[in-house]
Amino acid sequence: MKMFLHLEARGEPSRLWIWAAPLMAVFLTLAVGSALFAALGKDPLQALNGFFIMPVSTLYGATELLVKAAPLALIAVGLAVGFRGGVWNIGAEGQLTLGAITGGGLALALGAVDSPLVLPAVLLAGVLGGMAWAAIPALLRTRFHANEILTSLMLTYVAQLLLGWLVHGPWRDPHGFNFPETAPFSPHAILPVLLEGTRLHLGIPLAGVVILAVWALLARGFIGFQIKVMGLAPRAGAYAGFRQNRLVWFSLLLSGGLAGLAGFSEAAGPIGQLQPALSPGYGFTAIIVAFLGRLHPVGIVLAALFMALTYLGGETVQLFMGLPLAVTGVFQGLILFFLLACDVLILYRVRVGRRPAPGVS
Amino acid sequence: MKKTLVGLMSAAAVAVGLAAAGGASPAVAADPLKVGFVYVGPASDFGWSYQHDVGRKAVEEAFGDKVQTAFVENVQEGADAERVIRQFAASGFDLVFTTSFGFMNPTLKVAQQFPKVKFEHATGYKRADNVATYAARFYEGRYVIGVIAGLMTKSNTIGYVASFPIPEVVSGINAFTQGLRSVNPNAQVKVIWVNSWYDPPREREAAETLVAQGADVLSQHTDSPAPIQVAEEKGIHAFGQSTDMLRFGPHAQLTAIVDNWSDYYKNRIQMVMDGAWKSEDTWGGLASDMVHLSPYNTNELSPEIVAKAEEARTAIVNGTLHPFDGPLVNQAGETVLPAGQSLPDEKILSMDWYVQGVQGELPK
Repeated sequence: MKMFLHLEARGEPSRLWIWAAPLMAVFLTLAVGSALFAALGKDPLQALNGFFIMPVSTLYGATELLVKAAPLALIAVGLAVGFRGGVWNIGAEGQLTLGAITGGGLALALGAVDSPLVLPAVLLAGVLGGMAWAAIPALLRTRFHANEILTSLMLTYVAQLLLGWLVHGPWRDPHGFNFPETAPFSPHAILPVLLEGTRLHLGIPLAGVVILAVWALLARGFIGFQIKVMGLAPRAGAYAGFRQNRLVWFSLLLSGGLAGLAGFSEAAGPIGQLQPALSPGYGFTAIIVAFLGRLHPVGIVLAALFMALTYLGGETVQLFMGLPLAVTGVFQGLILFFLLACDVLILYRVRVGRRPAPGVS
Repeated sequence: MKKTLVGLMSAAAVAVGLAAAGGASPAVAADPLKVGFVYVGPASDFGWSYQHDVGRKAVEEAFGDKVQTAFVENVQEGADAERVIRQFAASGFDLVFTTSFGFMNPTLKVAQQFPKVKFEHATGYKRADNVATYAARFYEGRYVIGVIAGLMTKSNTIGYVASFPIPEVVSGINAFTQGLRSVNPNAQVKVIWVNSWYDPPREREAAETLVAQGADVLSQHTDSPAPIQVAEEKGIHAFGQSTDMLRFGPHAQLTAIVDNWSDYYKNRIQMVMDGAWKSEDTWGGLASDMVHLSPYNTNELSPEIVAKAEEARTAIVNGTLHPFDGPLVNQAGETVLPAGQSLPDEKILSMDWYVQGVQGELPK
């Protein structure tokens, strides 16, 4: 006779576990994480303090959290729209890069122009660049039924090579000793810093406004309803007369545009120029953020802040405790694993029972 | 709020210090000099960042409890770098080494905000009162391995796995080719750019492609041992990069160009302790031992070839030979520098053209 566990589907999601699951995940992460740190000979409390509290215990740290979370949230919200409708844009990193290229290109071309319109123009160019790059998989999917997962992902590498070519070649700073970077953008094309001594730039509140707008669109707009129906029951959507191609175009252009905006905000915000390495993989991390946030804008903002915090925390524990980066990776993995594992409890209940012993009546 | 953070940080610092002391009685000593390192790759990449970390460990060994070091690895050359560098400066570090070209502008930005903290940026060209720069004349070592390659190759085709087409890498390819063709005027160099400093799968692919195109000696300017491993599998030869990679290719590696930052780091830290530190540019080569060659693999190299390599190496150390001695001829066959002159440093530091003997076009 053996004890065994099995999962039994609930009729409907458990109201209790919707709230309890994340708490349980946090508890399990803290417990297992502490054991991990203790096994490495580090004080677990100090390590957790380094991960979650020290990074944001200064004004600068708190603003850095926003600097890191804003692009993640912006991209993830755009992706979530498509993911709800079954449109899998995996190439946000490429659209981000293209947005930085088009916005940055215009910023360089406008170099000395002194006008308050420069900033809106370059931001718009960034959005359009991201949209244009996302339009390619949209066209390929709607016209040729090419899988957008593959096309959007492949175009990421094309975009990165294009950026590499531009900064090594035609757009290289003539005063930069042939190093691969453009000249710094003019002050008019830079997102102004809002808080002296930090890197909190205009792009961050802008991202907040855009996220709110997308939320309103999803919650209230007819298009949000159409996307949801298409994702849940494509046939029902077709019977209702929703045109799927139009939704594919809409989701890809929206997510591409937001990724483009995030990309240019990165170039025109904390960096101030184009260089071969613009993003530490925001476009890919945003996919995790979108799902971690359950494809809901509020969840996504929280998830983005949380992911950003683990990155900052990873730097802090390296610096103060000498914990290697690999440990940060393991710790991040633990968090994600427990969050997803605990989600099972929302839809299933755990039964403990005894397996009927075979052959014994 | 600020105060609590300072408290937390000093508590953390004390705890780290105690942990480092390993239970020794808490000696009453002057505050240790706090030295930070920012690495672009993992400290265990067995290449560029690893070699800087070797330097960091040498510092700890040499100065004991008079220094306290810390590092952050795998820091992206984008917006993240500034935050990491700033965190060092804001946490009471006295000296911060930022060890990749892409950290240049963030280092300068942070240095402006923290005028009392000293910074040293590797391989860049911008300095400030509290920002010094340092780099090594890797190209000197590359000339010597070029000579070895020229004497070893049978196919007269050398494969070169390169990272980014920046002057440091381009001058390395050119110096290698000058050395190569000084002993074997028919040899050619094929270059594949992987657009990364550290990407083992892409480095491996590039190396395999070069071998398929007939290369029987590989050289690399990327940080992982993947190309060496390819050479070992294919039974051909290669040169280690940044660090002695012999264990990854006991037959393949003929020698390696080793970056030696230890002496430099110890020197600079001593200068800070003595109050003698000032912002300057250091560009050391074979003569100052900032670049050296790991022991020749005499199982593979004949004594004659070793002698030839040593001849070139000593000539560079003595100053009788410069890897970029004229005549320098570009790919189009035009003489860029006439005989009897050698290329001045600023031309090496901004090199964006290939010498004759390199195939393909430099990405622009």
